[in-house]
Amino acid sequence: MADMKIGAYICQGCGIGDRLDTAQLASVAKREGKAAEAREHAFLCNAEGVKMIQDDIAAGVTHVVIAACSRRAKTEAFSFDGVAISRANLREGVIWVRPDTPEAAETTQEMADDYVRMACAEAKYMKMPSASGEQGLVRDILVVGGGISGMTAALEAAKTGYKVELVEKTGALGGVAAQMFKKYPDKAPYNVLADNTTGAMIDAVNANSSITVHLNTTVAKTDGAPGRFAVTLATESGASKDITVGAIIQATGFTQYDMSKLPELGGGKSPDVMDQLAFEKMVKANGGAIKKSDGSDAKNVVFVQCAGQRSDAEGHLPYCSGHCCMTSIKQARYVKEAGGDATVIFDDLRTPGADGEDVYRGGQEAGVAFSKGKVSGVEAAGKGLKVNYTDKILAEDTTINADIVVLATGMVPASGPNPYIAQEIEAADKAGNAGLAEKLKAEQASAPVSILNLQYRQGTDVPHLKSGFTDSHFICFPYETRRTGIYTAGPVRRPMDAHQAIEDATGATLKAIQACENAALGRAAHPRSGDLSFPSFRKEGCTQCKRCTVECPFGAINEDEKGFPQYNEARCRRCGTCMGACPVRVISFENYSVETVGQQLKAVDMPDEFSEKPRLLVLACENDAYPALDMAGMTKQEYSAYARIIPVRCLGSVNTIWITDALNSGYDGVILMGCQKGDNYQCHFVKGSEMAHYRMSKIDDTLTQLNLEKERVQTYEVSIADIHRIPQIINDMEKLIGEIGMSPFKF
Amino acid sequence: MSEVIATNQTILVVGGGISGLTAALEAAECGKQVILLEKSPSVGGRVSQLHKYFPKLCIPTCGLEIQYRRLKANKNVRLMTMAEVTGITGEAGNFTVNVKVAPRYVNENCTACGECEKAVSAEFADEFNYGMKQRKGAYLVSHMAYPQRYVIDPRIVGSDDGEKAKAACKYGAVDLEMAEQNLSLNVGAVVWATGWKPYDAAKIQPYGYDRYSNVISNVEFERMLDPFGPTGGKIVRPSDGQAPKNIAFIQCAGSRDHNHLKHCSRICCMATLKQTTYVRDQLGDNCKSTVYYIDIRAIDRIDDFHRKVKEDPNVTFVKSKVANIVAGSGDNVVLKGVDTEGYNRYANEHDLVVLATGMESNVPAGVFPAGIAINEHNFIDLDSDCGIYGAGCSSDALDVNRAAQNATAAALRAIQVVNRVAGQEG
Repeated sequence: MADMKIGAYICQGCGIGDRLDTAQLASVAKREGKAAEAREHAFLCNAEGVKMIQDDIAAGVTHVVIAACSRRAKTEAFSFDGVAISRANLREGVIWVRPDTPEAAETTQEMADDYVRMACAEAKYMKMPSASGEQGLVRDILVVGGGISGMTAALEAAKTGYKVELVEKTGALGGVAAQMFKKYPDKAPYNVLADNTTGAMIDAVNANSSITVHLNTTVAKTDGAPGRFAVTLATESGASKDITVGAIIQATGFTQYDMSKLPELGGGKSPDVMDQLAFEKMVKANGGAIKKSDGSDAKNVVFVQCAGQRSDAEGHLPYCSGHCCMTSIKQARYVKEAGGDATVIFDDLRTPGADGEDVYRGGQEAGVAFSKGKVSGVEAAGKGLKVNYTDKILAEDTTINADIVVLATGMVPASGPNPYIAQEIEAADKAGNAGLAEKLKAEQASAPVSILNLQYRQGTDVPHLKSGFTDSHFICFPYETRRTGIYTAGPVRRPMDAHQAIEDATGATLKAIQACENAALGRAAHPRSGDLSFPSFRKEGCTQCKRCTVECPFGAINEDEKGFPQYNEARCRRCGTCMGACPVRVISFENYSVETVGQQLKAVDMPDEFSEKPRLLVLACENDAYPALDMAGMTKQEYSAYARIIPVRCLGSVNTIWITDALNSGYDGVILMGCQKGDNYQCHFVKGSEMAHYRMSKIDDTLTQLNLEKERVQTYEVSIADIHRIPQIINDMEKLIGEIGMSPFKF
Repeated sequence: MSEVIATNQTILVVGGGISGLTAALEAAECGKQVILLEKSPSVGGRVSQLHKYFPKLCIPTCGLEIQYRRLKANKNVRLMTMAEVTGITGEAGNFTVNVKVAPRYVNENCTACGECEKAVSAEFADEFNYGMKQRKGAYLVSHMAYPQRYVIDPRIVGSDDGEKAKAACKYGAVDLEMAEQNLSLNVGAVVWATGWKPYDAAKIQPYGYDRYSNVISNVEFERMLDPFGPTGGKIVRPSDGQAPKNIAFIQCAGSRDHNHLKHCSRICCMATLKQTTYVRDQLGDNCKSTVYYIDIRAIDRIDDFHRKVKEDPNVTFVKSKVANIVAGSGDNVVLKGVDTEGYNRYANEHDLVVLATGMESNVPAGVFPAGIAINEHNFIDLDSDCGIYGAGCSSDALDVNRAAQNATAAALRAIQVVNRVAGQEG
């Protein structure tokens, strides 16, 4: 890039020109912001205004400062290729939050002056991001698991034009779906049972030249990053094979809950008490006939729903497995078709959606009996079985005889070990929670073998959410994973039936393909999609403290043999948590760094201690707090003219040096606004808000050293809907400063 | 409007709600060219009208902000608002789609400064608030509206108000001469994501939605929680504006019912459980909630939310399909039916009734070429080679999470079609 040349463009539209002295803003940009060009325009976002900026860019401007509306507004107009762009928010952030009165005019102008200074300072330290050049170009997809989810992913990827390596640890494809007698159909009419088509799917996989199937194979090692995952496959025979793939889909399915944990329901006590999968296998083996363990025909079959599920009892599954009501209805129809009687005892019958209700009706029409009740026990009675239950409709305790009892036990995800368990044990020990630590240690001791064997600083497998499922934490983003380029699909992600698993695997395939394409171009994955900036670190300054590698929420940073951080661009989500963690401040992005923010806060004009004009620094999460502040402006909520707001990528990127610098340079108060933290976190970078709260809890020492009141630094969890609350927080800080007095650190 | 460039390697996404946005962005971020059509003046759809999502109780606009940022940053997506599909002909890899674009009467010069809104006086029922509030004839759909551009209601065009709006705009953004446009787009694949509408509660005659002011629908209840909504964020009885003390939530109002929607709408149980938490948060022990249900369908790992609500002593569950609602004392109403747990008749008085109305598919008739299978519930059945794919609530009654998941799958199916075309065209 040629020499830096800053152009500052000040809009007079939307009342900015009426409320502010824009000539003064231009002068501030030139004199203090060192802008080579500073131009005012009556209507900057129209074609003429945009052309003015484009002409300047053609003439050599490399850094553009737009002093107009919020960075969230008019993005189409103010989008210029090849230059760094900084926005000073004079509309939503100044004139719309301040009263239009002669008394307020002076402080409002000062606010605008500062935002122009800040935008110029930011621009000065911004570089244009460009891909690092370490991109991997491999676009092949690794699918782990050869059940219906994995086979779907393989076929869909192949159909889209990508090559697939499909790994299955057993000797056959098909998984649980292959063991089904029949299925409920995946399109209307839903009320008829359909033939199991898994066999045809297996044939299609085997016949597809884009799919390489590895049976009796597991993943021994996964290294690298999206676009260049280096994977070692190990076969049962002891052979190994190295492959390189661009992205990974983990479709490792589930195991059936162990019904021997339910002795009260006869689990493990009688061969005629079986789980749904065993029942399915029996019917399939008998070609539709329903036979007891002794080979005689079963006339009465009772299905017990929610067996060991939806219960907080020790050893039970706390969740609903979603498919079991539908499965029991299907199996009850096998019984009806064989001429027997079938009763389903349920709490809530859960057959959602269009297909579900049709399946339910299909069962009713076939003569399946449904009874709302709670089963208390299953015991032997003569040659058969007896089910004791409370009939909730008749409100009475009763019994029903059965030849076979099917327990609708739940799905246990086959998700591999929890990669964070060691950290969780350490935290529990630290917190003195012996009970939890004990429980976690037991879980660690009985952990399943690793599935992916990731060579990541942060563990071997994909992190779990609740109950071992590898689900996304986000409602809107079902595939938002904590390991970039690795997507999970099917019942390992959340409980689901085969129909949903097919949909789920199809979506996961898109995400895997997208990860390859992004990696090839050096672009970030969700949520900063397309971002080309990338953290780099100054090796000379690094003290190998490992905080960045430990705190990265996405396991993007490894350590090399000397203990230096080893970044993996394509794994990184560009949140800046590493930058916030670094005590020696050697980590930065091209366009977002300790300097781009640090210089902004230092650029603010600092009135002296006796001016009665405090300065409040607000560091606001750009996705939630900052839009809420914009909307406060749109709805004309007033807040303090002394606030100076800087949007940050994530509160996790806030380096404590900014706080120290702010306090040292005379700010009277500092407010951090991030998202909800904790188990129910809303931070899209998982731990950002939590890390910021933790780091700020340690800032008290700094405040004590400076002899400042600790209330001067406050950290809040806010949401994008806090349009009234956020201005109030700022105003409360102004009030507080009025009470405790100005900072003595004004120079 | 500038030229819309579309080829048979372009993916058309119809509907700009959470499903359409997801499908469009996921395809575009795979490098595909996408045209996203939205019928209303801004994207975001139903979720933008929600207060919170279950089960996390997080804010829908948080996710929308991310989607809008992705949209702003991605040049592969061309967004057209106020655009509706009137017909599709052709086949996978080569569709011709006729699109009608209604005039917004505001062009891209709009800065959303709000001067036109101040200048006009006529008011109309606000669609965003289901008519529970009035809005001006020049308006921004919501504070989160994207595109952030005003709309002039066609009813003020040709009136004094129209001229006032035009005069108030310093930027030449109000264009009262704007006319309806009809476009013909050539595209390779279509993702259909026109979502759902709440089932018309007035059709459920025995519940008296049209007779009793204190019988409302769950989407209306949701709007009451918006601080900028019709009640300023307060849960109140429409009849007198007072806080209710004893709310009834009626499940399956119009769903799982042969006279109405036969299907289960999936979301309503969780939506009601969520809404009881609003009641708890805002009114505490001063208000009881009673949920009348057939089955509580809190599917899969979110069942713990159901258990948590059950622990709230102010929330009672009655297993019953309410038979009918009659007038009670004052503005109260009485719910009649049989509690099927024990078979007891009841006549319970409540001061506010929230109908958990079902989800009715917006899939239109007469638009699709032959061979696109629309099932009896008006959802599009999957046919992986047909080139037109239902996404979200055009494919089934889905919650937000499943809709986004399903839309991602639909986007892949569309990509497969355009990749095949690209392969053939070389």
